[in-house]
Amino acid sequence: MTSITLGQYFPGNSLLHRLDPRFKIVLAVLYITASFLCKSIWSFAALALSAVVLILISRIPPSFVLRGLRPILFIMLFTVVLNVFLTRGETLLIDFWIIHIYLEGVLTALSMVLRITVIIIGTGMFLTYTTTPIALTDGIERLFSPLKVFHLPVHEFAMMMTIALRFIPILIEETEKIMAAQKARGADFSTGSLMQRAKALIPILVPLFVSAFRRADELAVAMECRCYRGGEGRTRMTVLHATAADWVMLAAMILFGAVLLLINRFAPGFAL
Amino acid sequence: MEPFIQVEQLNYAYDEDGGQRRRVLRDLSFSVERGEYVAILGHNGSGKSTLAKLLNLILTPDSGKIIIAGREITDPNLTEDELYEVRRRMGMVFQNPDNQLVATIVEEDVAFGPENLGVPSEEIRRRVDEALALVGMTKYAHHEPHRLSGGQKQRVAIAGIIAMLPDCIIFDESTAMLDPMGRRDVLRIMDNLNRERGITVLTITHYMNEAARADRVLVLNDGELYMQGTPAEIFSHPDRLAAIGLDVPQCTDLVHQLRDAGIAVEGDCLTPAQCADAICAACAASGITFAPPRT
Repeated sequence: MTSITLGQYFPGNSLLHRLDPRFKIVLAVLYITASFLCKSIWSFAALALSAVVLILISRIPPSFVLRGLRPILFIMLFTVVLNVFLTRGETLLIDFWIIHIYLEGVLTALSMVLRITVIIIGTGMFLTYTTTPIALTDGIERLFSPLKVFHLPVHEFAMMMTIALRFIPILIEETEKIMAAQKARGADFSTGSLMQRAKALIPILVPLFVSAFRRADELAVAMECRCYRGGEGRTRMTVLHATAADWVMLAAMILFGAVLLLINRFAPGFAL
Repeated sequence: MEPFIQVEQLNYAYDEDGGQRRRVLRDLSFSVERGEYVAILGHNGSGKSTLAKLLNLILTPDSGKIIIAGREITDPNLTEDELYEVRRRMGMVFQNPDNQLVATIVEEDVAFGPENLGVPSEEIRRRVDEALALVGMTKYAHHEPHRLSGGQKQRVAIAGIIAMLPDCIIFDESTAMLDPMGRRDVLRIMDNLNRERGITVLTITHYMNEAARADRVLVLNDGELYMQGTPAEIFSHPDRLAAIGLDVPQCTDLVHQLRDAGIAVEGDCLTPAQCADAICAACAASGITFAPPRT
């Protein structure tokens, strides 16, 4: 019960770990945008190289990063099959029975796979692997605070995330306790048809919900006792400061996008 | 000098299912001096916790007055700022440590109160460090609350209240869910806050030995003030306490039983140490001596 990892934060102290969470959110968005700028095989090569560089900077073991790609393997396979078999082009590679595979299809499939891989690695490097959930929540709150002008509940959303993060481990622990208690009275969760198993969950969910509501009520009173009255007039203990490294990374990212566009323009190998 | 907390003719009733009103507090009046350590005793449903929630306006009384530091907080014209000032002055620590911690990092949680009050960042940092040091949790500043023990979590909760610089802290059965170690730590912190920082402590409890540490004890029964006095006065009436389902600390009970059996034991005997001394003195007086304990 002691090892609940939320997200896939990998503790460390690399340059990427130390960046301001606000900048990291912006950098992740820019990186995803950059991956869509790629048009030529050379710009894709540059993109792949950038992902490798990011992994090296983060000092996170590549095997750990690759493991994170496993859940999307199916989506990638699906994309490949679809693109390879269904794209029509000019250079026919294989023409057998009803199967027609064109060079364009293969290239599109490869570029899609590379793009998805890089997007996942990129967001991981900037956000999930190097930023704690708390820092991320904090970053979201401050980055989007200008949206309060449009009456968007930015502070409330961040507070909800914080409380959720705080109570997830407690509720998991409680679920385990209730399950153990029900098992001790002869409840059976692991055999029977799907329907029977679903039914066996009801005696767990009911007490869990009751307790969650009771906790919510107590927490609300405790928050009121500690003078909580929403985001208005609230100060923060830790103030985020953008450092030189943050601005340098931002500039580098914009430069990277410009380089990709230049490569597309001047080295349009296998233009897609 | 006027008392710090003055409660006059306080009434409160809950709406029950079926439209019935259940009176929880009936014409309750008492006062607490600044810097006093007061225990509130009573069995379940005697209105103890309701009283605590009325004192910082989480609940509003049906009738009666509450005056804190000269300001009547039950005044209907109380401004919102005054309301939050009351909540800041009257810090409250609850029973379940899990349900009062908000943030996912200890020091962030301690900062929650001052952040709500709009205290400048550097000042929050200073208060958080000081509060954590006071409860002995400095080295856990960056831990996640769910990895701490119950007693440690409760100490963090207390630090979160201290960081708001309250005049008074109400402990609503704050030791009830703790193991003996955690309870001892929390009680020691309560004593410290009272003796060294001059913070008024109100502790709601049904542990008699915790009430014995207070300067004064208020006993509530069915929403009415049943008895009040020093722990020694209160616990010298075990029959009156027994009538409403409360008992006296075990050691005091022992001394009472000895007296009933005709053995003259002197003193109040509120703690095991006092009790042991009194019994030894009684033995010596009747000529019984003990061999020194073997070490």
